[in-house]
Amino acid sequence: MQITVTVNGTGYAREVEARLLLIHFLRDELRLTGSHWGCDTSNCGACVVWLDETPVKSCTVLAAMADGRRVRTVEGLAHGDELDAVQRGFAECHGLQCGFCTPGMMLTARWLLDHRPDPSAAEIREALSGQLCRCTGYENIVRSVQWAARHEAAARAADGDDAR
Amino acid sequence: MSATNSAYGPVRRKEDARFLRGVGTFVDDIALPGMLHGAVLRSPLAHARIVSVDTTAAEAHPKVRAIITGEVLEQRKLAWMPTLSQDVQAVLATDKVRFQGQEVAFVVAEDRYSARDALELIDVAYDPLPVVVDATRALDPGAPLIRDDIAEQPGNHIFDWSAGDPAATDAVFAAADVVVTQDMLYPRSHPAPLETCGAVADMDPVSGKLTVWCTSQAPHAHRTLYSLVAGLPEHKIRIISPDIGGGFGNKVPIYPGYLCAIVGSMLTGQPVKWVEDRSENLMSTAFARDYHMHGEIAATRDGRILGLRARVLADHGAFNGSAQPTKFPAGFFHIFTGSYDLQAAYCEVTGVYTNKAPGGVAYSCSFRIAEGVYLVERMVDRLAAELGMDPAGLRMKNLLRPEQFPYTGPTGWEYDSGNYPQALRLALDLAGYPELRREQAEKRERGEYMGIGLSFFTEGVGAGPRKHMDILGLGMNDGADLRVYPTGKAVLGISVQTQGQGHETTFAQLVAQELGLSPDDVEVVHGDTDRTPFGLGTYGSRSTPVSGAAAVVVARKVRERARLIAAAMLEAAPGDLEWDGGRWQVRGDPEQGRTIAEIAMAARSSLELPDGVEGHLDAETVYNPPNLTFPYGAYICVADVDPVTGEVTLRRFVAVDDCGVRINPMIVEGQVHGGLADGVGMALMQVISYDEEGNCLGGSFMDYLLPTSLECPSWELGATVTPCPHHPVGAKGVGESATVGSPAAVVNAVVDALRPFGLQHADMPLTPANVWCAIQGRPVRPDLAIK
Repeated sequence: MQITVTVNGTGYAREVEARLLLIHFLRDELRLTGSHWGCDTSNCGACVVWLDETPVKSCTVLAAMADGRRVRTVEGLAHGDELDAVQRGFAECHGLQCGFCTPGMMLTARWLLDHRPDPSAAEIREALSGQLCRCTGYENIVRSVQWAARHEAAARAADGDDAR
Repeated sequence: MSATNSAYGPVRRKEDARFLRGVGTFVDDIALPGMLHGAVLRSPLAHARIVSVDTTAAEAHPKVRAIITGEVLEQRKLAWMPTLSQDVQAVLATDKVRFQGQEVAFVVAEDRYSARDALELIDVAYDPLPVVVDATRALDPGAPLIRDDIAEQPGNHIFDWSAGDPAATDAVFAAADVVVTQDMLYPRSHPAPLETCGAVADMDPVSGKLTVWCTSQAPHAHRTLYSLVAGLPEHKIRIISPDIGGGFGNKVPIYPGYLCAIVGSMLTGQPVKWVEDRSENLMSTAFARDYHMHGEIAATRDGRILGLRARVLADHGAFNGSAQPTKFPAGFFHIFTGSYDLQAAYCEVTGVYTNKAPGGVAYSCSFRIAEGVYLVERMVDRLAAELGMDPAGLRMKNLLRPEQFPYTGPTGWEYDSGNYPQALRLALDLAGYPELRREQAEKRERGEYMGIGLSFFTEGVGAGPRKHMDILGLGMNDGADLRVYPTGKAVLGISVQTQGQGHETTFAQLVAQELGLSPDDVEVVHGDTDRTPFGLGTYGSRSTPVSGAAAVVVARKVRERARLIAAAMLEAAPGDLEWDGGRWQVRGDPEQGRTIAEIAMAARSSLELPDGVEGHLDAETVYNPPNLTFPYGAYICVADVDPVTGEVTLRRFVAVDDCGVRINPMIVEGQVHGGLADGVGMALMQVISYDEEGNCLGGSFMDYLLPTSLECPSWELGATVTPCPHHPVGAKGVGESATVGSPAAVVNAVVDALRPFGLQHADMPLTPANVWCAIQGRPVRPDLAIK
C-alpha cells in the first residue's frame, strides 16, 4: 500500500506491506537507524518516536498507521547543528552508556519538558517508566532531564530579561 | 599540560556525540549492498528426537535464497561447535533438541519478514523425550540422559570441583560454638542487553576474506575460534564489533546464529544479516547463575567467624557453554570467603546438564563471584540473627584488617589491597545507620515492616595472569599499540571492546596522562580485529585492570622513545633528562624542554638521530597482569515491605565502592549505578523459570521483568580509594562490583524487615507473591513452575 509520512519535517512517499511496522519503516526503508528495536512487546521503549505530538512505541505501530501523519525521531531532535537541551543534558550528566535506549529516552523526556517544564524527580521517573535502560540505573537519566529543565528555565529567564 | 594538571577526572564522554544524534552504528544498523536476511527456526520442545526436517515448502518461497539444516552443516563438519568450556554445542540440531528454543534450521531470504514467513513453512517432526529441568533431579538414576552425543557419558553429570582444605574446615566446624546452615538458590537470570545478539556476515567469494560485524565482547577471541571451528585461515577473517547495545556477558560466547549467517553468506555469495528477537535472546543465549547452594558458617559464641563451607549444584543447561578461565569450571566461586578473616574454608561444586538453555557465566558476575558473595553475605546475616548480634557489628568484627594485606585467603586468592573497615564505616555514616535502626524499632511497634540490609563484597577482577588463566588455550592478556603522528596527536589501538563503558574516553585519559596530552588528542580504536592488537576482550571487569594497564605501559614506552629523541634535540644525554608530566627537560635547567608534540615532529624530521634510535615514537605491548585486582565495597539497602501484598519498596540504597584510583569518576559512578539496578532486578524481579515440560517462562519482557525507573531508588554513592599495588596507575576494575555486591543487601533488607514473622531466608526474586508465601511460612522454589 502507498503511504505518505512526514519524518522530521521531510515528506516520504513509499509503497509498503500492510504489516510493516513503523520501526522497520524508519530503520530499513528510510535508513533512519537512530530509533532502535528492542523487544517486540512494547516493554522496552528503545523504539519510541513521536507520532504527531505523542511518543509511541514504534514496534507496535504499523507504518500504515503513520500515513498522513508526522513522525519525529532522534535524528530530528537537534535544532540544526545545535543540540537540544535534552541531548546536552544527557551528555553533561552521563545519562547514557551503551546509547541503545537513549533516543527513546530523550524523545520521552522532550515530550515531558514540553508539557511540564519543571518536573520533579518522581514525575521524571514516572514519565520514563515505560522504557528500560540496562546500563545507567536511571539515576543519571533523571539528572539529565533535570539538567535540561534547569537549562531551559534559565534560557527562558534570560529571554524575559532581554525582552524587558 | 604541566605536571600539576591531570587528564583524569570527570571528562565528558567522546562516545556521546554519535549516540545523542542517533548516528551510532549498531550491528542491525549495518546495511550492505545485496544483503540478505536470516532467521532461525527453533525447537518448541525441550527434549525430543528429530525424526525429519522437511524444507520443501520453504524452498518454494519466492524470496528464500537458502535453507540451512543440521544435515547441511554436518556435510561441512559444522553441525557442532566447541563451547568456551571444552564441551560441544549443536549449531543446528541433527539428532535431538535438548532445550526449548534450540536452533534447528536457518533460512536466508531477501528481506527480514520473508525469512520469518519461511520459518513457518518448515515442517519438523519431533519424537518427544522425557524432560529434566530440575537440577536437583538431574543426577537421579533414571533421569533422562541429555547428552547421548558424548561417548561414555552415563548421566547428566558434568564435573566435580572443589577448593580449600576440607580437613581443616571440618576441624574448625567441629570446634565451633555455633554452626548455622542455609540452603539458598541463586536463580537463573538473563543479562538481557537492550540490543539483542546479531551479526552481518560477508564472505567475499573472490578474495576469500570473511568480514563479520558482530555483537561481540571479544572480537579477537571470536576470530581465532571461527578459524578453528570453520577451518578458515585466520588472516582472512575480520571481526568488527561496532557499537554494542550492552553486553553484560551475554555477548561473550559464539552463538549458532552467527555461524549460520557466515554459512549463509558462503552459500549465497552475498552478505547475510541475522538479528535475533527478544524471545530468542532470552530463551537461547547465555543465561546466568542457576546455583543451588548449601552454606554452612562456623563461629564462636561472641561472633568470631571461623569457617565457611559450601556445597553447590550448578545447573549448566543442555550444553556446558559457560565462559570462564579453563582451569576454573565453577569460575571464581571459591572466593566465597568474601571479606572476612577465616581460619578455614571449603567448597565443592557439581555441574549438571538439564534441558535448559546453555551458558552460565554471563551477566556481570565476575566469573561466579556474584554467587560466592551472595552466599557469604547471606550466611553472615543468618549468623548475626542466630547470635543476636547487629549485622554491621558482626561484619566489622570479622572484616580483614588493613595491615593483613596482601592477604592470602583460605582458598588461595591473594587479595592485593584494602581498607575494609573504612569503607564499612563510611557506608554506615552515609546511611545514618543508628538512626535507621531506631526508626525500624519504632515502626515495628506500629506494625510497619522496614528492613536494613548490609552487604560487604570483595571482587577479584582483571583476568588474568596467563600462568593460571586462559580461555580455550588463549592466555588472558591484552595488547595495546600506540602511534603518535608528527603533530603530536595519538591513536591507541586496544583489544578490549566497549559496550557502554566509555573506553574511548577513559583510555584516552590514560594515554594523555602519561604523555602530557589532552584526552582530545588521543583517538581510541577498538572492536575491529584488522585495526587492533590481539587480546581477550571485555568481560569480567577486565578492561581497566588488563587493557588499561596495557595502555599505560605502551604510553610509557612511547615516552621512553621520546626521551631518546628529545636528548638528540637538546644535545643532552638521555640520562640527564627528566619528565615533568608534560615535557622531557634537562635536569636542573627546566627552560630546556620538549613536549611530546615537538618530539613527535622531530622524530619524523631530518634531525640526525643517534645510532639505534628509530625515527618514530610508536610502540606496542602485551600486558600480562601479575594478579587480579580486588575492588570491594560496603552496601546498605533500606526496604519497606507490605506484609499484606508482599510488595517490597526500596527506599534507599547506599553504595561505597573502592576500585582503587578512579580515572574517570563520572564513568565509574555510572558503572556502579547500572550494577545496582541489575542487583535490584535480580533480587526482586528477574528469573528465568521453567515448567515441567521444559517451557521457558521468561521468554519475553512481559514475563521476564526488568527494573524500571520506578523500582530503582536514587542511588547514594560513596567512595574510598585504596590503590592497587600492582596496576601501573593503581586502578582496579569496577564494572561488575555493584551487580555482584548488591543482591545480598536487598535480600538481607527484606529478611530483616520480616524477622518479626520468624523469617530466616527467602530465595530471589523477592516478588510480591514469593514474599507473601515466605511470610506465610510456605517458601517457594522460584526456578520451577512445578507443583
